Formats: sequence, C-alpha cells, structure tokens
Amino acid sequence: MDWLGPEEWQAVRLSLQVSVWATLLSLPVGLLVAYALSRWRFPGRQLLNGIVHLPLILPPVVTGYLLLMTFGTQGVVGGVLEQMGVVLAFRWTGAALAAAIMAFPLMVRAMRLSLDAIDPKLEQASATLGAGPVWVFATVTLPLALPGIMAGGILAFAKAMGEFGATITFVSNIPGQTQTVPSAIYAFLQVPGGEGAALRLVTVSVILAMGALLLSEVLSRRIARRVSGA
Amino acid sequence: MSLSVAITHRHGDFTLDVAFEAPPGVTVLFGRSGAGKTTVANAVAGILKPDTGRIAVDDLVLVDQAKGVWLPPHRRRLGYIFQEGRLFPHLTVRQNLAYGRWFAPRDRASDDMARIVELLGIGHLLDRRPVVLSGGEKQRVAIGRAVLARPTLILADEPLAALDAPRKAEILTYFERLRDEVAIPVLYVTHAVAEVARLATTVVALRDGAVARVGPAAAVLGDPSFTPAGIRAVGAVLEVVVARHHADGLTEVTAGQDALFLPRIASHAGTRLRIRIAAQDVLLSRDRPTGLSALNILGGRIETIRPGEGPGAIVSLNTSAGLVLARVTQRSVKALGLTEGMICHAVIKTVATAPEDVGGQIKEAPPPK
Repeated sequence: MDWLGPEEWQAVRLSLQVSVWATLLSLPVGLLVAYALSRWRFPGRQLLNGIVHLPLILPPVVTGYLLLMTFGTQGVVGGVLEQMGVVLAFRWTGAALAAAIMAFPLMVRAMRLSLDAIDPKLEQASATLGAGPVWVFATVTLPLALPGIMAGGILAFAKAMGEFGATITFVSNIPGQTQTVPSAIYAFLQVPGGEGAALRLVTVSVILAMGALLLSEVLSRRIARRVSGA
Repeated sequence: MSLSVAITHRHGDFTLDVAFEAPPGVTVLFGRSGAGKTTVANAVAGILKPDTGRIAVDDLVLVDQAKGVWLPPHRRRLGYIFQEGRLFPHLTVRQNLAYGRWFAPRDRASDDMARIVELLGIGHLLDRRPVVLSGGEKQRVAIGRAVLARPTLILADEPLAALDAPRKAEILTYFERLRDEVAIPVLYVTHAVAEVARLATTVVALRDGAVARVGPAAAVLGDPSFTPAGIRAVGAVLEVVVARHHADGLTEVTAGQDALFLPRIASHAGTRLRIRIAAQDVLLSRDRPTGLSALNILGGRIETIRPGEGPGAIVSLNTSAGLVLARVTQRSVKALGLTEGMICHAVIKTVATAPEDVGGQIKEAPPPK
C-alpha cells in the first residue's frame, strides 16, 4: 500500500489493533451483561442497564475524562494497575479500553435483542432432556443468539474504529502510540498541507466501515439460515 | 416403575391439590382445560416448583418440599413431549434425536436409534431441519427425541392438540406402539376422550385442581355418574378381538360372546383392540329388534339408570362384551318401563364408531395362516 505514507499506515494499523482487541475482550463481558439483563431479575438491574448505556448518551469527552480520572496514573484504578505494571493512560491499551467502553452499549443492545427473541420453552425442553444450565446455554441459547452476537461484535468493531472523543481525551494523540485513524485525520487537518493525507485516511475509513458492514450482512444471513434451518 | 404425586400449588385464583399413584403403563391426566393437568405435568418435569408436597418415581424423589429436596429438571431423566414439539430449530432431525441421548448415562444398548427411527417412520427426515417438517412429522421427531433420552418416565402434554384429525390418528398409533413396544411408563395429558380410551392404562381425571376419579379407562369413562368432558363424551370402552375382514369393507370383531361389525380396521385377525362406543350412539330396545338396519345388537342386564340434569338419562347395560352405556331421554325410560335388573338390548350403528375411537393393536397376534 504505497499510497499511504508511513505515518498514515501506522495509524491504520493501530486503529485495527485497538478495535480488534477492544471487540474481542468486550465480547464475553458484553454477553454476560446482555444475558443478565435479558434473563435475570435482580436488584440493581435497572442501574446496571443505565450504566451500560451511559457512554451512549454522555458526551464522549466526559467519558474520556472519567476514564482519565479512574484509569490515569493518578486515578484510583490506574494507580493500582500501574503497580502491577499495567499502564493504560497514553498507551494503545488505553485507547482500546476507551473504544471498548464507547462501543459496549451498542454491543449489549444487539446481543440482548437476540437473547430476548429466544423462546425460553426451547431452553426448558433442553433442560428436560438432561442438559444442565451450562449445556443449555452452550447448545441452545448461544447458537440461537449467534446472529445477534455477531451483529453486536461487528457493530462494536465499527464503533471502535471511529471512536475519537473519549480516546483523545483519555490517551491523547501520540503518533505510533495512541494516534488512531480518526485522531490522525484530526491531526492532519490541523497542519497546512495535511488535506491529502486526511483524504486518504478518510478513504480507508470508508472502505473499512463498508467492509465491516458487508461482512456482517453476509455472516448474519448465513448464520440466520443455519439457525432457522430455512 | 410407579409415579407418586401428592402436591398443592396456588397460582392466582387457581388452587391445585392432587394426590395419586400411577402404576406402570400409560397414565392419562384427563380433564378440561384449566383443570390443572399441565401444572401437574410441569411439576413432575421440574419446570414448576409446587408450593408443598412430594413427587417420586419409584425410589427417586424428584421433589419433597417438607424435606427440602428439589431435583432440577436436567437431573430427573424424563422425556417431555410438548404440545408444540419444541424441536431445536438450529439442529437437524438427527441432531435433535441425538440431543437427549448425549446427556443420558450410557448404560443401555445404543441400537435404540435405528429401532426408534424405524418405529416412528422418520428415517427419510433425518437430514432435514425442523422448519421444513409438517406438524405430524415434528411431533413424531419430538416423540423420538424424548424416548431416545432414555428416560425413566415420558411426559406428554397434549401432544396431539395442535394437529388435524388425520395427523392425530397417525400419532396416536405411534403412542400405542410406544406403549406396547418400548415399555417406558408414560404420563399423558389430554382433554380428548378418544385418546384416553385408546391409550390409558390408568386414568386420573382432574376437575378444578383436584382429582375427581382414578382407575382403569373402562371404569372411569364408563362411569355414568362422571362426565368430566361433557355428556357427549360419555361412552363405554370395550376390549375386542378382530375376527375377520369381510369383502364389503366391514371388520367383524368379537366382544365377549357377541360379534360386532365395524368399518374396516387395519389389523390382523386375532389382534386385541380397544373400541370406544359413545353413549349417544347407542339405542335401547326391550326386545331383540328385527327389521333394523343397525348391525350390532348386544343384549344385557340394566345395571344403573342415571337421570341427567336435562331431559336425558344414561343407562348402563352389562353385556357379555362389558359395560355399554346408552344415552336416552327420561321419557323413553318411562315409556319402555326400564328398570334396573331388566334384560334389554343395545343397538349400535356400525358407522357410528369413529376411526379415532378404534385403537390400534394392543398386542400383536400372529397373522392367520
């Protein structure tokens, strides 16, 4: 890819790295939260629901600042993590955390919708046939929810690729460390003559976003066909 | 194997308070909708936790609220056949059938699969998915799936309710085969008299959340004082043996010392069958009638005459074939001067026996030579 300069290429690679990790690590957590919200009745359920959705409605800058206060080197959690050798502030890992948090509500919503759509009678049937709760989940719930889980994952990935506000607030805009594609576009637009580079990155963004969307369409159609058996 | 149930459960305005013992064979929970049949089945399956009481299959206690025993559904080793099938849409028929077997202890021969598939006639469906199956096919697969889980007890909750009449007849035949060939005890929930008459070893009749009657099918259905499914459903259950098939499309069966003619039955001569004769399809005559188009006449002594709430009465006649019930008007009872102990004749129109009231084979007899 000669048409991308080294700095731009670096931003693209970093963005992919951040988004992939953000998506993969939040998938199991997202599934657990979605399952809890869909199936369990517990005190504080509405509170959990609210907290999960908070990043969707807060200004991203606020989320980023809250992350900085919590996970920064001076922060409560950040200080503990630093003693364990994990630094999030101004690192790509922090960018991944910011992206994951921002994408989390979208992921959980998609998963929860598909979990809500599963007929609990099928899970009952599974239990009467001898499947314990874990097996019911693995052999009935999970396969039937797979289209929603895939959709949630891809949606989260796309959101992570485009995350800007919380990321730049939390981990700044350091080339090679925290400068993702959106941050890079923003940086290029701040310097004279940067429009060319910005335009190339915009092109890459559009291609990646469209690619993710197409992939999700193809996958979900294939899975839906397998699940419904049509 | 015997099932013992003694539970109470409150659900809103509805109170269930039942206790019964089910001997081996097919136990039918019978009653109108809302009588509490499904609640009992769900309590046995562990889908519902009764407020108080105890349920046990032989020595295995499924639930005992007094002692705090509660076995979760997946550890009860039951096969539940639901009204709507509940096949797993993401699995093929073969995978659905194998599902329960996967969790069952491997303590029995594994040639079950081929045998059950053949018994249910679903060999050509194995690679299909449930969504393309017809209602009857789905239900046959659901039966197979339950049986192949190697259960100690099969539960069936109105498994025919969602099917049309020909499909009902077809699946009922498979249940009869199951009863006669697989020998797994069955707890079968229904509000259809025909299913009770054909399948039940024991009937547990429920009314408003309580047990109204327990006993063999012929005794419970033939009890003229007991009409759980309405007066039209009152009828006798007779055990007959197929004698011969006639060229005119009729089958002659032997009932006690009498012969009855029924529309063609697809069973060998010598096969034992159960037939249900609805009380409203039976006429009474004091003398043995002649010059009548009806072919079936059974003589016997009147055992009871029970006036109903309306203008009708149910007369039970003790014939050589067993108890036969006739629904006549009280006016006729008076006009004929019928009294208990009197000799009388029951007239049954041949075509009145509906196919659904004629059971399949109870026990296979060798084909005639």
